[in-house]
Amino acid sequence: MSESTREPVADRANWTLALRRFLERRLPIVHLLPDRQPYYVGSWVYIFGVVAIAALAWIVATGVLLVFFGPQWWHVSNIGHFVNALHFWAVQIFFVFMVLHLWGQYFAASWRDGRAPTWVVGVIVFAISIVATFTGYVAQQNFDAQWIAVNAKDAMNAVGVGAFFNVLNFGQMYGLHILFFPIAVATLVVVHLVQVRMRGVVKPIDPPGAEPPQAELPRSDPHASQGPVA
Amino acid sequence: MTGTTDTQARYYAGIRMVPFDLLKELVLALLGVAVLIAVLAAVLSAPDVPPVTIGSWSQADPVDFVTTASAELAGQSGTAQYGPPYNSTPDAAQALGPIVPQDWAGISTPIDTAKEFVLHPLELAATGNPTLTSALDTYNGADATHQQAWLDSYTKALDGATVENGQVTVAAGDYGPVPTLMGSLLGIARSGGLDALLLENGRFFQTDFTRPLLFMGDGNYMSNLAADQHLTGDQWGVMNETGSYPGQTWLWLYSVWYQLPPFNTAPNADLVIVLIVLALTTLLALVPFIPILRDIPRWVPVHKLIWRRYYRSV
Repeated sequence: MSESTREPVADRANWTLALRRFLERRLPIVHLLPDRQPYYVGSWVYIFGVVAIAALAWIVATGVLLVFFGPQWWHVSNIGHFVNALHFWAVQIFFVFMVLHLWGQYFAASWRDGRAPTWVVGVIVFAISIVATFTGYVAQQNFDAQWIAVNAKDAMNAVGVGAFFNVLNFGQMYGLHILFFPIAVATLVVVHLVQVRMRGVVKPIDPPGAEPPQAELPRSDPHASQGPVA
Repeated sequence: MTGTTDTQARYYAGIRMVPFDLLKELVLALLGVAVLIAVLAAVLSAPDVPPVTIGSWSQADPVDFVTTASAELAGQSGTAQYGPPYNSTPDAAQALGPIVPQDWAGISTPIDTAKEFVLHPLELAATGNPTLTSALDTYNGADATHQQAWLDSYTKALDGATVENGQVTVAAGDYGPVPTLMGSLLGIARSGGLDALLLENGRFFQTDFTRPLLFMGDGNYMSNLAADQHLTGDQWGVMNETGSYPGQTWLWLYSVWYQLPPFNTAPNADLVIVLIVLALTTLLALVPFIPILRDIPRWVPVHKLIWRRYYRSV
């Protein structure tokens, strides 16, 4: 290697450069915004995830409106009630398609070829979303909120979290619902999407002549995950 | 750049790639969901049953209110005997053998139901009311045995109570100052004053409804309303919601255990069921690493449907 092409010592110790090179190597823009995909990605199963994300976007948009006008607004305003209904149904759609997406990916065994972390993060998104929605239900300031809170406190107290997660405390539940959980869910969804885009869509199960696929931890060299191809 | 794009290019080597517009797909999904939720919201609306207040409870069912308030004063209510995080009632916490998570954080929200739900609100309302002041003095000046005897007699008499002009009347008996205390508390409650007094914390703003919710939860009125709305534990509980709306259907795996023996009668059902659901969720997250669970997709030919085009072509 000539003197001119050798990497300077300062560059090798540069964190910013290292991060940029990692992103260029693992998540180039062509992977982040692809315009080509394998021809077998032609099933409705692949729609479930994007519909769930679209529903999440509407949950956030309608939620921002509800937050802007305050927690009382939708109880006394027809427009507010409609916005709340949009929020409500977006949540229902989000869960329906997230569950369909989960089952679709399960039966596709989509954790293969180094994609197990993608599956794990997806399940965490599902679990966190349930808690996020639960905080919304107990922060509604109506009879549902009262009854759910009065009953759910027993489960929270029984496992010892009631002391710092008091479902009867509207202020705490509302704060968590409009700030902490949206950030948590959105962040994890972004991580999940980046994981999907980094590795691409998994190949179909057991192509003819292939060895049965095994789940495995991600490998440092994604090239090593090549299996027989059609 | 070649070293980067090859990551997927090599994975997909030999597989035909077809045009794909990720952004268009996302925009179409956004529009499609917008139309769907707009139609659902316009046609079906969303549930919003008004909350119960102590005022509405005491007006709709004064006997239940007074019975509950008497239990709070006697230390016999569900909250009074709950254990952590509200008080230290012995053996009240849910346990799994020697493991008692409910005790771990201690009494983080101390609640003395007699003082906070009954006596303190009455003391605040007693200003300028000599009858109530005298009744409070009599009650507070009596020993515990007398207090308990008055409350026991009064609670039994409430079984035959009648309501006239919003006041609860019981048969004559030796109840000490208890009828005066309860009559005053009922009057305050019916006016809506007790809702405010139970939130009183010495500061102007507050957002913590723990005390009024626990008080109302101790009575039967709220649970009767919930039963009418198919919301009680044996009706799949908090998974449902008022009206004919879908509710939190995603909680089915949690709610189902409460319908099944031995959990539906177990004193530690909440603890056991939460642990079961946590274990199942962990299993789901770890499916890629668990033999059999990770192999099922290969045995069940759903993937043949997902990738019909692929399997036809090969």
